[in-house]
Amino acid sequence: MAKMTKEEVIEVAHLARLAITDEEAVHFADQLEAITNAMELLNELDTENVEPTTHVLPLVNVMREDKSIEGLPRELVMKNVKEHEGGQVRVPTILD
Amino acid sequence: MKLADKTANELQELLHSKELTIADLTEATFKRIKELDPKVDAFLALNEEQATKQAAEMDQTDTGERGPLFGLPIGVKDNIVTEGLETTASSLILKGFNPIYNATVVDKLRDAGMVIVGKLNMDEFAMGSSNENSYYKNTKNPWNLETVPGGSSGGSAAAVAAGEVPFTLGSDTGGSIRQPAAFCGVVGMKPTYGRVSRFGLIAYASSFDQIGPITRTVKDNALLLNAIAGHDEKDSTSANVEVPDFTAALTGDIQGLRIGVPKEYFAEGVSEASKQAVKDALKVLEEKGATWEEISLPHSKYALSTYYILASSEASSNLSRFDGIRYGYRTEKAGSLLEFYMNTRSEGFGDEVKRRIMLGTYALSSGYYDAYYKKAQKVRTLIKQDFDKAFENFDVIIGPTTPTPAFKIGEIIDDPLTMYANDILTIPVNLAGVPAISVPCGFDNGLPLGLQIIGNYFDEETVYRVADAFEQATGFHKETPQTWEGAAQ
Repeated sequence: MAKMTKEEVIEVAHLARLAITDEEAVHFADQLEAITNAMELLNELDTENVEPTTHVLPLVNVMREDKSIEGLPRELVMKNVKEHEGGQVRVPTILD
Repeated sequence: MKLADKTANELQELLHSKELTIADLTEATFKRIKELDPKVDAFLALNEEQATKQAAEMDQTDTGERGPLFGLPIGVKDNIVTEGLETTASSLILKGFNPIYNATVVDKLRDAGMVIVGKLNMDEFAMGSSNENSYYKNTKNPWNLETVPGGSSGGSAAAVAAGEVPFTLGSDTGGSIRQPAAFCGVVGMKPTYGRVSRFGLIAYASSFDQIGPITRTVKDNALLLNAIAGHDEKDSTSANVEVPDFTAALTGDIQGLRIGVPKEYFAEGVSEASKQAVKDALKVLEEKGATWEEISLPHSKYALSTYYILASSEASSNLSRFDGIRYGYRTEKAGSLLEFYMNTRSEGFGDEVKRRIMLGTYALSSGYYDAYYKKAQKVRTLIKQDFDKAFENFDVIIGPTTPTPAFKIGEIIDDPLTMYANDILTIPVNLAGVPAISVPCGFDNGLPLGLQIIGNYFDEETVYRVADAFEQATGFHKETPQTWEGAAQ
């Protein structure tokens, strides 16, 4: 049985760009440990000679014709941007 | 005139005979939503002004130029983008998000002349089985307001069950159309993966997600799938296959139909009432000329683990786009770029979304990739092969949609594994990518039960034919919940 530690959860949260408190990390560690333990059921199966499925349909790369098409107007694209200036997205100052 | 229990055909007859106008129907729909939704809490944003205007214009169209869905109201799950109508996927991180284009399915609804009345509540980013993961509110099950409507398309199923709207769209990644349809006693179809364009569906797990219709009757469901199905060059995973008229499959004739009944779908954890309802349903189908045999889908018990590894991995990648820069929620507390991202995401996402992002990040991280992600992809192959093999000898596979009827709000929300187990009978279908429908098949203590009918790839026609034959023979779809009584029609 894999043990999920608080430190591991903090590391995973960091990789996923999620800020979590120590208290939350302990809570998530318990839950994620229970979930990953349940997932170890898969180890019962011998999958040595089984091909992985990434997609259920026999898909191939789809290419469109190499010709330019008009994109969305910039004004429209900026509609959900909190602050923008001169067609650029404005973000908080984060460099000293 | 009672409108709330009318089918598409019946509504069209009223519209064609001028007994009813599209404007009247739209007005009545909003009236009913306003009366019932304070109890049911199915809707998020309403589209009243635009819908009312559209309806009045549509009344001018000659009846001879109208299709079968023209002028009829529909609600859309809130993870499907609608131009100019707030779309949040029930997450704080998308609060106030105003899409600048329509999902392909929304354009198709418009082409069919449908009137979009509003957006429907769901579990945040479609992650959940009870609608309790919505940032905004808990949708209630119209059959018993203390119980959940299921999820993640809980708002879509509850709105139809309450008679607020005759049609809705949901999305199904691990059971999110079929499970709430079963809990709310309505008809919910998850089409074959690739049958319906995902363009404009806010992605959760892209190799599973599929949009589908929720309705009161099988015929209405087939009509709505007719409208939304088809290849779309904007979704490179949509299948370039012919779309038949699904309503033409509703012949009522299932003579000689071969049904496989997987013994794994009657295992421990599945309630006696659910099992009995399916056995009774099989008798009904036998009387209509079908035969059934017990079969085995031997890898069923591995489906839940496989799904949560793969879907969480895909989610961890898909949800990395929510960074607070170009749209959506943005933190006030940021001393560095890293803090900006981390605080935005921590404040904007709910706990279940965080759990799945972390689980997926863990499964994809170096050192664990082979043990979890790659292993699960291989088991997915075995699960798919179970179905391929079964469909060599059978036309459909039938079992319960869920192990139990709807549970109480708050009952299992703190126990993720028990919550995940709700989808144990629907998840294998998504892993394989085949189509499946849930239709009402009985009650347990006043709560609806669902019959799941699974078909072969792109054979929604057979699924619909069987579902319709069952519906015609039983009439469970005519039962309505108590929330209906005395409400505006």
